[in-house]
Amino acid sequence: MTTQPVMPEPYVTVIGLEVHVQLQTQTKLFCGCSTRFGAPPNTQVCPVCLGLPGSLPVMNRAAFGLAMKAALALNCRIAAFTKWDRKNYFYPDLPKGYQISQYDLPFSADGWLEVADPKGAFARKVGIVRVHLEEDAGKSMHDEAVGTADSRIDLNRAGTPLCEIVTQPDLRSPQEARAWLNELKLLLVYLGVSDCNMQEGSLRVDANVNLHVPCPDGRIAKTPIVEIKNMNSFRSVERALAYEAARQYDEWQATKAELGKIPKQTRGWDDPAGVTRAQRHKEESSDYRYFPDPDLVPVTVSDAQVADVRAAMGEPPAVLRQALAERWRITAYDAEVLVNQGRELVAYYEDVATRVADGKVASNWLQQDVLRTLNERGGMIDTFAIRPEALADLIGRVQKGDFDTSRGREIFAEVLASGRSVADVVASLGIAAVGDDELVALCRELIAENPKIVADVQGGKEQAAAGLIGQAKKKNPNVNPGKVRQMCLDLIRGR
Amino acid sequence: MTLARQDVAKVAKLARLALSTEELDRMTAELSQIVGFVAQLEPLDTAAVAPLAHPLETQNVFRDDVPAPSLTTAQALQAAPRHDGECFLVPAVLGESGAA
Repeated sequence: MTTQPVMPEPYVTVIGLEVHVQLQTQTKLFCGCSTRFGAPPNTQVCPVCLGLPGSLPVMNRAAFGLAMKAALALNCRIAAFTKWDRKNYFYPDLPKGYQISQYDLPFSADGWLEVADPKGAFARKVGIVRVHLEEDAGKSMHDEAVGTADSRIDLNRAGTPLCEIVTQPDLRSPQEARAWLNELKLLLVYLGVSDCNMQEGSLRVDANVNLHVPCPDGRIAKTPIVEIKNMNSFRSVERALAYEAARQYDEWQATKAELGKIPKQTRGWDDPAGVTRAQRHKEESSDYRYFPDPDLVPVTVSDAQVADVRAAMGEPPAVLRQALAERWRITAYDAEVLVNQGRELVAYYEDVATRVADGKVASNWLQQDVLRTLNERGGMIDTFAIRPEALADLIGRVQKGDFDTSRGREIFAEVLASGRSVADVVASLGIAAVGDDELVALCRELIAENPKIVADVQGGKEQAAAGLIGQAKKKNPNVNPGKVRQMCLDLIRGR
Repeated sequence: MTLARQDVAKVAKLARLALSTEELDRMTAELSQIVGFVAQLEPLDTAAVAPLAHPLETQNVFRDDVPAPSLTTAQALQAAPRHDGECFLVPAVLGESGAA
């Protein structure tokens, strides 16, 4: 942990997160049913995920591999020996009456993920208590409008592989929690562990929050921990935490109730109303009566397997940001912006940067033109109408001095609007490159008008030639500064 | 080894079993016998014995991530006490799921 955020409040907000992500497998954790989202109800179910008598679960190798990838990316220690346990509770979306989860021997623990704010407001290493692999439950649907009507149960989701990621209570503000979740999501999407689509429930967040309140006697009072559920976006997480911290402080002032004096409370976030509401009291963990699942045998993991997964992992975002900044000599901020847009955009960027042999220029075009367009119009980089070779063609023409950047922007917009090639648009707009003859004439003119600069250059002060470039631009805005400089030097020396 | 009646009542509640006073008495006695039977192991020194996670010595049983046919919806629903042709129907469930 490094810097503390500025805290105008008379307390410190202490936040830990519990994140569930669905793993990107073809099939469920313990059976061959598809995990595809959006299928008609109860079309992706079988005796295993329906919990029918006599059925037996068999672990999905790919799910275990993806979970391990996530754990390693979160700097966790991988257990050499792991097993699965039954977590017993009754709910209609849980057909077996227990969830297959991991209790005392999770396959990984003790990791961290750092979130850095490029603007320097905070940088925090958030500890990971554990990452474990478990199965998802089904969905129950209830139409409130019908009043006491039945609930409908769809078990398509039952048995989908889930990674549960539990952090230490290391986060200190709602903003930090949101930033950290963004980093986690980016990491898991980069590694292909999960699509982290919150709308489809592939990523779900619960938050534990309480306050540390300094008392007049110097003691730090801790308010009871509240678990917040039902947050459907990272923005909701931030809002719910901010609301809850303020609510707890009010309650603390009214009741002086401290941690341990009352049972842990669960509150649900009501997004439209912008408030948290009390739900049932959380059962103690022993009430789940965990015990080893006799239907699944333990799994052992060797150092060699861990090394293999690590080797195949690819660059996580934090590493890629640094690599990109070094490889293309762009700022940490630019690298952050590009990497945070996802792997596909980085691939697009590096394609353009390679073709134009200039990372900074490519980064400017990506951020100012490509990203702005994508933000305004929506859409993904994969299907963006201007492909890397076309953008590189355009940037190349600016680099050659055919026209300047603002003219380039107009061409960019026209290529986008018309779907025509850069060459076509350039021709139709009547933009002609400054010809060599024209350039020679212009340089001769400059030399004639600037005897002082000529003398300086002849006297060995080559940098004096820079004074000619501004004047050249005034005479013809389309000229390439580099070419003007070289031509002038050649002409002066050739005298 | 005897179990407290209130422990048995708690376990019954967690298992959603509504026991009459007589049943609770009987269960307390019977469960005490079972626990007492296992309690015979208590004098043994198990400090050097690794906890047993599974009675089988087999480990690392996996399947490949290859889709297999699912049941039809009709097959999936056929044994349900009530359904609407698409979903299982249960008495109204309001509020949160028990766990994630």
